[in-house]
Amino acid sequence: MITKRIIPCLDVKNGRVVKGVNFAGLRDVNSPVELAEYYSNCGADELVFYDITASAEGRGLFTDILREVASKIFIPLTVGGAINSVEDFDRVLKCGADKVSVNSGAIRNPQIIEDAAKRYGDQCVVLSADVKRVDGVFRVFAKGGRENTGMEALDWIKRCVDLGAGEIVVNSMDTDGVKEGFDLELLEKVCNTVSVPVIASGGAGSMDDFVELFKKLPKVDAGLAASVFHFGEIKIADLKDKLAAEGINVRRI
Amino acid sequence: MPVIIDYGVGNLFSLTSSFKFIGQDVTVTSDKQKIADADRLILPGVGAFSDAAKALKETGMYKVVIEEAKKGKPLLGICLGMQMLLTKSYEYGEHDGLNLIPGNVKPLAPVIGSDLKVPHIGWNSLQFPENKEKSKLYKYVEPGEHVYFVHSYYGADCAEYVSAYTEYGADITASVEFENVYGTQFHPEKSGKTGLSILKAFCEL
Repeated sequence: MITKRIIPCLDVKNGRVVKGVNFAGLRDVNSPVELAEYYSNCGADELVFYDITASAEGRGLFTDILREVASKIFIPLTVGGAINSVEDFDRVLKCGADKVSVNSGAIRNPQIIEDAAKRYGDQCVVLSADVKRVDGVFRVFAKGGRENTGMEALDWIKRCVDLGAGEIVVNSMDTDGVKEGFDLELLEKVCNTVSVPVIASGGAGSMDDFVELFKKLPKVDAGLAASVFHFGEIKIADLKDKLAAEGINVRRI
Repeated sequence: MPVIIDYGVGNLFSLTSSFKFIGQDVTVTSDKQKIADADRLILPGVGAFSDAAKALKETGMYKVVIEEAKKGKPLLGICLGMQMLLTKSYEYGEHDGLNLIPGNVKPLAPVIGSDLKVPHIGWNSLQFPENKEKSKLYKYVEPGEHVYFVHSYYGADCAEYVSAYTEYGADITASVEFENVYGTQFHPEKSGKTGLSILKAFCEL
C-alpha cells in the first residue's frame, strides 16, 4: 500500500536554509546539504527546496547546492522558487531535481504549466499555491504571499490541474507559522476539487497535527513542514513511529 | 564498466550519481561501440512511451540493446526503460517495445480502484512472488521495503516474469526479469538505501 509522505521543506537564500514565520523575519538555520543528508537518513520521503534568492549570483549558488544535494541524496527532490519559464525547469532538472514547483511564475503565465507538462510529463509539474482567506473567500497570493491576485483558490488550482499540474502543494497562509495544525477546511476543499496528489503545508506544530491531518483527510497524500523539523521540535523518525502506531501507513527506515 | 544508455530521453544526473555513490564508475553514452564493450547496460527512460521508443529507434540504440541483451549481457530497464523491455505498449495508441520480455504496457486506471490516484506517485512496498526464488536483484532487500514509484501505466500480461509486485488497488508489477534482462518500474536511484542496494546487486550480477 502506498505510504503517506513526510516532506521537509528548505527555503534557500544565498546558499543557506532559512525559514520565515508568516513569511517575514527570515533567519539562517543550517547548511542545505547537511540538512538534506540528515533528513534523508532520518527517513524523510522527499525534500522540497525553495530558492528565495533574488539575484543571478544567488541563483548560481542555488544550482551548485542542488547539484551537490542530488549527488548525495537519493530520494525525490522538488525545486521551486524563481521558476518562470520552461528553461527554468530545464535548469533545475539538469541539476538533479525530479519535480519542479511553480507559483508566481504560473500566475503570471499559466501556459508554463502546460508547456512543462508536455515536455517533462505531468508528474514533474507541481503547483504550489499560497492561499489566504480574504472576507471569507480563499484567495491566491503571489510573490511569496505579498500580493493578493484576487483569484479564487479552488478555481485556480483546478485550472492548473487541467493544464497539467501533477501535484498540488497547498500552503495556507492563515495557518503558516502558527503551529496549531494544518488548514483542514481548505485542504478538504482542494481534495474534493482535484484528483491529483495533494500536499498539505502550513501549520504543523506537533506530531498530533500530522495524525489529525491524515486521519481526518485520508485523501491528503503528504504533509510538508519546515521549522518544526529544522529546529528539531519534531524528529521525522519519531513522527513516522507515531503515525504507524495510529494506523497510518508510512515508510520507516 | 556499466553503461547508461543515453538516447536523449530524461535526466541522468541522479542515476549517474547513485552509481558513483555506491563506488561504481559508469559511462553515460550513445556510442554503440562503448555499449558493445560494456559489461552491463542500464536503459533509463521517462515521459511518453512513443517518444522514447522513437528516440531509441532513431538513435539506432534499439538494435544494439537487443543484440547485447541477446548475447547474455545484464540489462536493467528503469521505469519507462522497464516498460520498453516488453512487447507492446497501449499508451496513447499501440507501440512496439523491445520484446525482450513478453508482456504489455497498459493503463493503471482500469485495474485499480476509482478512489486511488493516477499517476501512482510515492513510496510503496515490494512483495516477492511466493512461488519463485527471490531475484538476485533483491539480494539485499527484504519483503516490505519501500521504493519510489511514478507511473500511470504498468507491465501487464507478464505474470510469469514478475520478480516483485506492489499493492496499489491491485497487485502491480514492480519489476520483471527474464534470464539476463531485468526491469524495475520504480526508480532505484530515488529509493534511498533500498534503491542503492538494488543497483549494487545489479552491478554484482
